[in-house]
Amino acid sequence: MSGEVAAITMANRPAVAAAAMKDAAITALVAAGLFIPIVGLRTDVGADGALFVRQRWDDVAILVVLAFFGRLGLVTWRGLRGERRPASAARAEALRRAGTFVAPLLLGLAVALPFIPGTGRYELDLGILVLTYVMLGWGLNIVVGLAGLLDLGYVAFYAVGAYSYALLATTFGLSFWICLPLAGIMAAFWGILLGFPVLRLRGDYLAIVTLAFGEIIRVVLINWVSLTGGPNGITGIPRPTFFGLPFSMSGEPGTFAGFFGIEPSPVHRVIFLYYLILALALLTNWVSIRMRRQPLGRAWEAMREDEIACRSLGINIRNTKLTAFAIGAMFGGFAGAFFATRQGFISPESFTFIESAIILAIVVLGGMGSQIGIAIAAMVMIGGFEVFRDLDEYRMLVFGGVMVLIMVVRPRGLVGSRTPTVALGTRRAIGAEHVGQGRG
Amino acid sequence: MSAPMLAIEAVSAAYGAVQALREVSLEVRAKEIVTLVGANGAGKSTLLMTICGDPRARTGRILFEGRDITRLPTHQIMRLGLAQVPEGRRVFPRMSVMENLLMGAQVAGHDPAPLLEQVFALFPRLKERQAQRGGTLSGGEQQMLAIGRALMSKPRLLLLDEPSLGLAPLIVRQIFAAIRDLNEREGLTVLLVEQNAYQALRLAHRGYVLVNGRITLAGAGQDLLAMPEVRDAYLGGGH
Repeated sequence: MSGEVAAITMANRPAVAAAAMKDAAITALVAAGLFIPIVGLRTDVGADGALFVRQRWDDVAILVVLAFFGRLGLVTWRGLRGERRPASAARAEALRRAGTFVAPLLLGLAVALPFIPGTGRYELDLGILVLTYVMLGWGLNIVVGLAGLLDLGYVAFYAVGAYSYALLATTFGLSFWICLPLAGIMAAFWGILLGFPVLRLRGDYLAIVTLAFGEIIRVVLINWVSLTGGPNGITGIPRPTFFGLPFSMSGEPGTFAGFFGIEPSPVHRVIFLYYLILALALLTNWVSIRMRRQPLGRAWEAMREDEIACRSLGINIRNTKLTAFAIGAMFGGFAGAFFATRQGFISPESFTFIESAIILAIVVLGGMGSQIGIAIAAMVMIGGFEVFRDLDEYRMLVFGGVMVLIMVVRPRGLVGSRTPTVALGTRRAIGAEHVGQGRG
Repeated sequence: MSAPMLAIEAVSAAYGAVQALREVSLEVRAKEIVTLVGANGAGKSTLLMTICGDPRARTGRILFEGRDITRLPTHQIMRLGLAQVPEGRRVFPRMSVMENLLMGAQVAGHDPAPLLEQVFALFPRLKERQAQRGGTLSGGEQQMLAIGRALMSKPRLLLLDEPSLGLAPLIVRQIFAAIRDLNEREGLTVLLVEQNAYQALRLAHRGYVLVNGRITLAGAGQDLLAMPEVRDAYLGGGH
């Protein structure tokens, strides 16, 4: 069998090589067309202050040669790999089995992280950041992954949640635990508000409107100075308390350290924040998983698959869409409230389009609809950002390269498979009685 | 004679400026199979869609079991006891067969188990494939799934849009046999839209011929089959 495959591969080699050469030549031509004006000609300011055109043909040549060999290598690799495709089914199966171990393992690691020796302030802060994005990814997944509504303005709900908490807490002195649900409700309300005008839109049209919505929220935050403080943002947002016990270095009886009789340490608050976002993220996950098994969640998925079929089955598309927007937005709002209390300071700068793009990238890279895939994607992306911090501006290059690589190797995302939510025999609602009959 | 289950009274419908239906009137009585045949673009599918409220009828009335449903929103119409098997099947490709079927019972609010049993008895293939994704089924199996999904809402009237589309003759016969079975044993009323006029008219009790958005002929299925103008236009001169 393997000899046969090898023989086919050998026979195909000249054909693959010829095709690759042709493809690479075309790529080189396109690259030359692009780089000659962009790189080859450059205007510089001369000694006398006047502009002059500098020609850089050697740079162009290097780039074109790189493009040629890069394309040649890629096409050859793909061509030779092509014959071994059937292995991917087995690989997917192995991956799925591995998935059953990975999820509990990651969860255990996440819970134990603050107590693992060597975990300091930096690791915890990074953990909080990653978990925030995991939560945002899971929240956006409800809208994009389950309901199939491409939302490019998710950051707007994150912002609404953050500003709701900041304003409620600083103006009325409400505690975090009262503000958290209020921030979620506020965000859900804005989710519905966005939902109404876009009910009839789909795909790219929907994406454009949601993108605009995200920008509108940000621009309003910048310009409504009397309420939001404009570009200066809101400062002095109350830090979270341990159910009423503030984290303070004084160690007095009314503080967290004093109450439990332990040495006051600034790490306490960080650990508390870590577990807070872990709990919020797990809540998002739990709700998503529960929803998928509910009629509403199933309607979301069916709507993603085929809206017309849904309507023919009596599904109310309007309500189904609005609930998806509202529930997705609510979790964005929760995450925003957490962000505000953690930072103690928020400004519109934290809620730019790039945030929406990162969250969406996490959802897509994770394999739309897969909970564990999104968690891994968030770790890779946000963790990766940190790991490559020393590369400064080049890290965007690495980031882009990794994205392209993942999309080439796994076009459906890291975990592209979807587990059905029902099966005969395991679910009560269907009833075991006709499994026993074994007809058909 | 009792009132018809579905009565369409002088209904016109249009997509923008394109007039698709012109004063169409027809009726479907309980426990009947009625078929609507006609060429491409005659307005057959539009009529089924108009019954479901999308596009809406510009003029005329649609009565289901005596109730005027002309202005009801689509999702409410679909909860009254009629179900549609849309053109091109439209199963949910990434959802399993079981999930597809349960979607059909979603809004009906009854226990899906006995209906599931019934659908599996009608199409044993679906039971074998229940864990498979809808999109991986063959065309015939997808058609079975689409019909099964519609039956899950326990409809009294089934609207079938081109169930033979793109299927091999053997599979078409199976599907049509299943429709006849449903009608004879369960007393299900069926409004069948078909291009395959020969098979459809043989199956149906009564038939209507739609040409350019107008009903031109009506009568018993066998009578229509025998008419020379039907034979010439839809059956290729003979069969």
